[in-house]
Amino acid sequence: MELSGGHILVQCLKDEGVEFIFGYPGGSVLHIYDAIFHQDEVKHILVRHEQGATHSADAYARATGKPGVVLVTSGPGATNAVTGIATAYMDSIPMVIISGQVPSPVIGSDAFQEVDTVGITRPCVKHNFLVKDVNDLAETIKKAFYVATTGRPGPVLVDVPKDITDPNIKVPYKYPKKVSMRSYNPVVTGHKGQIKRAVEMLLTAQRPIIYSGGGVILGEGHKELTELTQLLGYPITNTLMGLGGYPATDKQFIGMLGMHGTYEANLAMHESDVILAVGARFDDRVTGKLTEFCPYAKIIHIDVDPASISKTVKVDVPIVGEVKPVLEQMIELVKDSKIKPSKAALESWWKLIQSWRDVNCLEYDRNSSIIKPQYVVEQLYQVTKGDAYITSDVGQHQMYAAQYYHFDKPRRWINSGGLGTMGFGLPAAIGVKLAFPDADVACITGEASIQMCIQELSTALQYNAPVKIINLNNRYMGMVRQWQEFSYQSRYSQSYMDTIPDFVKLAEAYGHVGIQVEKPEDVRGALEHAFSLKDRTVFLDFLTDRTENVYPMIEAGKGHHDMKLRVAPGTPVDRELS
Amino acid sequence: MRHIISILIENESGALSRVSGLFSARGYNIESLTVAPTEDPSLSRMTLVTSGSDEIIEQITKQLNKLIDVVKLIDLAESAHIERELMLVKIKTNHDTREEVKRMVDIFRGKIIDVTPHSFVVEMTGQPNKLDAFIHGFEEGCIIEVVRSGPTGISRGEKGLHL
Ligand SMILES: Cc1cc2nc3c(=O)[nH]c(=O)nc-3n(C[C@H](O)[C@H](O)[C@H](O)COP(=O)(O)OP(=O)(O)OC[C@H]3O[C@@H](n4cnc5c(N)ncnc54)[C@H](O)[C@@H]3O)c2cc1C
Ligand SMILES: Cc1ncc(C[n+]2csc(CCOP(=O)(O)OP(=O)(O)O)c2C)c(N)n1
Ligand SMILES: [Mg+2]
Repeated sequence: MELSGGHILVQCLKDEGVEFIFGYPGGSVLHIYDAIFHQDEVKHILVRHEQGATHSADAYARATGKPGVVLVTSGPGATNAVTGIATAYMDSIPMVIISGQVPSPVIGSDAFQEVDTVGITRPCVKHNFLVKDVNDLAETIKKAFYVATTGRPGPVLVDVPKDITDPNIKVPYKYPKKVSMRSYNPVVTGHKGQIKRAVEMLLTAQRPIIYSGGGVILGEGHKELTELTQLLGYPITNTLMGLGGYPATDKQFIGMLGMHGTYEANLAMHESDVILAVGARFDDRVTGKLTEFCPYAKIIHIDVDPASISKTVKVDVPIVGEVKPVLEQMIELVKDSKIKPSKAALESWWKLIQSWRDVNCLEYDRNSSIIKPQYVVEQLYQVTKGDAYITSDVGQHQMYAAQYYHFDKPRRWINSGGLGTMGFGLPAAIGVKLAFPDADVACITGEASIQMCIQELSTALQYNAPVKIINLNNRYMGMVRQWQEFSYQSRYSQSYMDTIPDFVKLAEAYGHVGIQVEKPEDVRGALEHAFSLKDRTVFLDFLTDRTENVYPMIEAGKGHHDMKLRVAPGTPVDRELS
Repeated sequence: MRHIISILIENESGALSRVSGLFSARGYNIESLTVAPTEDPSLSRMTLVTSGSDEIIEQITKQLNKLIDVVKLIDLAESAHIERELMLVKIKTNHDTREEVKRMVDIFRGKIIDVTPHSFVVEMTGQPNKLDAFIHGFEEGCIIEVVRSGPTGISRGEKGLHL
């Protein structure tokens, strides 16, 4: 079969089983768009801004486990995509981005809409390619999918100069079934001896804890993680990215850890003697002050990326491998082992944990006459029976979502953790809804974040992707205001906008339903109403308490045992329990 | 500590900037970097001199290995190895100083490869500290220009870095 480059590209995507391309046309990709026009197998989703395309594709990948695909033009198309590419990179999300480039002969001449896309994206992709010959196109696309989805996943960009897709140049097409690259051989199974050592260490621990992260979600290891955790009877905490990797409603789950983690999770980490870290990367939001991090613990770390191991925290038993096969091996060893976890030690450990749980660190004022953001999330959890896909933006609302929506399943919690990209939530919700048209999809956002990709409301209408927007409108960049309150004596420099749009009208202008909710007693009804409108996008604008802060909080540079807790109702000062 | 990292990398355009970009992005220090194709034209060999604590060197080698284009690498400092650097030096000469300069070049086993009435170009290879010593042997103002390749290295013994 002889095809031109444009058709080859589209055919590759079909052969790769791609459902959706999220994209935006322009000069250097017009040949490709013409090839898209000639078929309807791969659906193109026309976004309203290339950043939206990347977030939608990224969230599609997070929700389905399949790589997201993006198509943008050269120059501004590519630069607009950079934020979304970096977002996917930081959270290790498999994504393939195809960017148009000016024709090969004029590369380097400052041609119209030329930027060095390969150069600009190099630090925020897993890998990128510039296609120099149409005969290499199919293999390059195959490599891109291969690299994006294996090992530690990540975004891969393929830059395609316009002459490569010239409709008049046709070459034989064959999509390779497999590719191998001599320079790229990700490890899958872990070292047996290390795994054995790890299991012995775990079984003889007195105050063990399992700390799991995004790698469990990415590597589909939730079943094995759950089995191992329950087999051992140990407490488990998740990172922000790991939520859903272990059922949050299970009694062994002690909540998220880190800066806004629970009192019990952080103290259990601090006091533990053995930590099993699974697909988590010891991010600074998790560790706090490194010199005070888990002073008594021996650490076992399972990660597919050797560079994640001992990067910030030196570990005792490194295991390079994928979570799923490694956990499977550990389960076998635990079952076969003559050593059993010490009942007495475990009992007193759980007792201690219970005393921290009793502090009830997530309690808030439920009698407030102003809507509390936590209350909205709790009600959302109930109305959706804990079974919705929740995307979020970045800020306080993101933390409330993580703390009060209890994720029992993986891939339900979709947020930008590593880059913390405001604007992520809405296009992400659209990407998820397209993947799962029958599921409930809600975007928890704030009045500042939502304005960063608000234009995608239009995309939601065009492609019939009805999502529910839960705007926790505190009329502040709450997260910024909170830091200013704690560290800058409440000098609220530029964390407030004097003009906030009328979101109800805005939603209506985009063809959706908009509802503003001012009173706590109306929250439940509004949510129920919104979710009953199955085929409509509903913008719920909740006017929430402007002064509410996220607790607990470990301030930057402090250790896990040094948490700031919520003001207890009726007391004037923070309860600093440590 | 100083480390010499020897890298086999795909001979693709951009491969060099992936390596140098990694160092600048992560704040690692590069003392020198040399690169040239190998006997297999699809591969380049890079020699990179860097320094840092053991933890940093461990991260550097892990991060380098993570680059998709990197095929293999070794840290030469971990075992017996040979290190050489090439230097070209242009030295001012006149009737009175010529013999003295020639003697110096002989002591250091260099070669004079270009001569004008007022200058020599000297070629010299060796350990970097030998090249330093040669240069320090001249009085200020004598040296017109120094060009150094940066060190390259190879391990001792039969084993080699190849596919
Ligand atoms: C406002 C804000 C506040 C935040 N507060 C917190 C907080 O309080 N607590 C918190 O936890 N985070 C918080 N974060 C998120 C934080 O910045 C990091 O994104 C997060 O902690 C990283 O999660 P992780 O360690 O699970 O790693 P991820 O980024 O999810 O990385 C996954 C790790 O698993 C590995 N991996 C991938 N696939 C596999 C596989 N198949 N097998 C084995 N390993 C694999 C990867 O190599 C990587 O090391 C916050 C973010 C924001 C924006
Ligand atoms: C693109 C981008 N710019 C700036 C920031 C820094 N930032 C983090 S949270 C935040 C405020 C978010 O405000 P809002 O969306 O209203 O959420 P809230 O914290 O009030 O819930 C800002 C500005 C960011 N994360 N992303
Ligand atoms: Mg806000």
